[in-house]
Amino acid sequence: MGLLRWFSQVWAVTLLNLRTIGQRRGSSAATVFGVAGVVMVFVAVLSIAEGFHATLAATGSPAGVIVMRGGSDSEMMSGISRDNARIIADGPGVGRTGQGETASSELYVVVSLPKRTTHTDANVPLRGVQPAAFAVRNNIHLISGRPFRWGHNEVIAGVGAARQFAGLDLGSTLHLGENVWQVVGIFESGGSLSESEIWTDVDLLMPAYRRTMFQSVHLELASPAAFDRFKDALTTDPRLDVSVLREADYYAEQSRSLTTIITRLGYSITILMGIGAVFGAVLTMYSAVASRTREIATLRALGFGSGPVEVSVLAESLVLALAGGVIGGLLAYLLFDGYRTSTLNWQSFSQVAFAFKVTPRLLVTAIVVTLPMGLIGGIFPAIRAGTLPVASALRET
Amino acid sequence: MKFLPLVWRNLGRRKVRTTFTALSIVISFLLFGILAAIRLAFSAGVDVTGADRLAVTHKVSIIQPLPISYGDQIARVPGVREVTHANWFGGIYKDPKNFFPRMGVDPVTYLDIYPEIKLPEDQKKAWLADRTGAIVGRVTADRFGFKVGDRIPILSTIYTKLDGGRTWDFTVDGIYDAPKGFDTSALFFQYDYLKEAAFTTNQVGWYIIRISDPQHAQRIVDQIDALFANSHAETKTSTEKAFAEGFAKQAGDIGAIITGIVSAVFFTLLLVAGNTMAQSVRERTGELAVLKTLGYGDGLVMGLVLFESCLLALVAGGLGLLLAKLATSGGDPTGGFLPVFYLPGRDFALGIGLAVALGLATGALPAWQAMRLRIVDALRRA
Repeated sequence: MGLLRWFSQVWAVTLLNLRTIGQRRGSSAATVFGVAGVVMVFVAVLSIAEGFHATLAATGSPAGVIVMRGGSDSEMMSGISRDNARIIADGPGVGRTGQGETASSELYVVVSLPKRTTHTDANVPLRGVQPAAFAVRNNIHLISGRPFRWGHNEVIAGVGAARQFAGLDLGSTLHLGENVWQVVGIFESGGSLSESEIWTDVDLLMPAYRRTMFQSVHLELASPAAFDRFKDALTTDPRLDVSVLREADYYAEQSRSLTTIITRLGYSITILMGIGAVFGAVLTMYSAVASRTREIATLRALGFGSGPVEVSVLAESLVLALAGGVIGGLLAYLLFDGYRTSTLNWQSFSQVAFAFKVTPRLLVTAIVVTLPMGLIGGIFPAIRAGTLPVASALRET
Repeated sequence: MKFLPLVWRNLGRRKVRTTFTALSIVISFLLFGILAAIRLAFSAGVDVTGADRLAVTHKVSIIQPLPISYGDQIARVPGVREVTHANWFGGIYKDPKNFFPRMGVDPVTYLDIYPEIKLPEDQKKAWLADRTGAIVGRVTADRFGFKVGDRIPILSTIYTKLDGGRTWDFTVDGIYDAPKGFDTSALFFQYDYLKEAAFTTNQVGWYIIRISDPQHAQRIVDQIDALFANSHAETKTSTEKAFAEGFAKQAGDIGAIITGIVSAVFFTLLLVAGNTMAQSVRERTGELAVLKTLGYGDGLVMGLVLFESCLLALVAGGLGLLLAKLATSGGDPTGGFLPVFYLPGRDFALGIGLAVALGLATGALPAWQAMRLRIVDALRRA
């Protein structure tokens, strides 16, 4: 058989199959929706990991550095004395502006505020900063209200925190111990972790939380290349016992465990569901072949080879799976992309507000995942169709 | 029961179809079981909290400590039977990823208030007498192979010792078990050991109290909080259940979302299976008519069809649930992140109920049609 003729046969039979899908609406729809469900869940679960990761990855500039006490794995557990903070800010390679070094000594604590969705208390991060903090994180800008005044009991809230937790609307008040603090502004910072936080003057926050030490120094080096020299200088200084980390590394580490667990969970659930959906596809294709036994036999009697018939069944199964993949991906995108939530970051024991993120890469992966499902679902029915005994099949009613 | 062979034969006549239908039901229920375990893990501990226990924390946030002097004042509130306290120690065992909770507690009162913690008498005695001793839960002991007598070095990220070091050594004096559902991943050591810290602050992380009558919980909550109102460390008292739920819900949205999404798909897969089951009954219209001709009553024919769909759903669903039980029996699959991980009996029973419901739902329409079948029409159609 000539190759060209073979292809024209495949084309003709496949078109015939696809055109008659409408006659097998019920079982075909079951397959499409089965696959769509799998893909939707796959995309939705992994978009949680993507979104969480993206939020932490957006935090910290290339030249950003965080200095904590040696051995600390999060700011919450760290402690840096005032004297040490001075030595750190004077380290080699720290950037400068007209107001001095771009180094901010900070306190990182949490305050219990009810989540809007569940009305149960959550640990909302509260960060005390120095004026240089706005030079270190230069992407902070207010979207409403005004900056807090230094030396006043005022705070500004990140837009993520304000959305997720009650009591952070512009003009509302926070009760921290004996003092009342007013929310005077809402800020954005390019989707970074800072948007989950509340910021205020560190010199007022320390007495309110009865602390005498800072917890970390956030600073911006003059250039990313200055990191090694800066780190060496600090870690060899006998007066200090600190760990020096690039902000990017610090935040990547913070997102690692949650991202890993969600990804693992997402893949195992998908594999299980995928197997279930493949069984559904097999059933559909078997009944498709069964309902067309005579048609297929007629085609074979007219001179169509068994190869084209087999390929056409496979193609139908692939098309159904692909349709399911596209529908599932679209549904996941419409339902979950940008869905805002927050979760507890165990490393820092505080809430991270983030949005689900359905990335193009994720959608492509999902659609690629549907192909083996269609292939496996179609292969046995295809063989059955190709090996039908023509004579007895024609006689079948 | 005498119809069992007939029904079984009917299921066996299209072996491929029956097998694949059964397999997709098996997978659905396997998924259901695993999800039940995941949901339980995300709400860990909420089900096993005692109704007679209250938790007292700092009002502003849990990271702020309370003075140890509060203990005596709380104990004097009418209705309070016993008070104990705990401090979060945190720290790192060799590598940050080897996470398990470590807490400094007052051993005698803590074990009193938590009768769930089952510790052999001799190990308990040894712990009470050992200031640097600790007890470790079964899950963590199995994970790291800890045995009684081992020394566990923990690098603290909070507490510095008097000599400036930050590594604290704990001797394992006992390994405790607990009823299913109670987290046994924690290490408990004596609060007194913390007095070797460079800064002894005489402060505790939180108090747990046991009350005589859960009905008076609200009054006691109000009284305790009133006691410390307007002090520099105001308190927030809640039932242990609310306290645990609060913790679970901090991470909880995600657990709920995963459960929600996958339930939807569980039902999608069942729809696929149900569609096929209904179809296979429809194909046999002629046979059903023959049965009726032979004198089988309407009710009996309907019963046979329902029995067939229920049998398939139950056998396949039960198998799926058993597989889920097997798959979750290994405990925490994440290495410390979800310490309470098993398929609870309640969800197993719910799964069986769902299987029966599935059988009835998929069999109902064909069974109804089979009952209403007029022999003459059906035979002509076939």
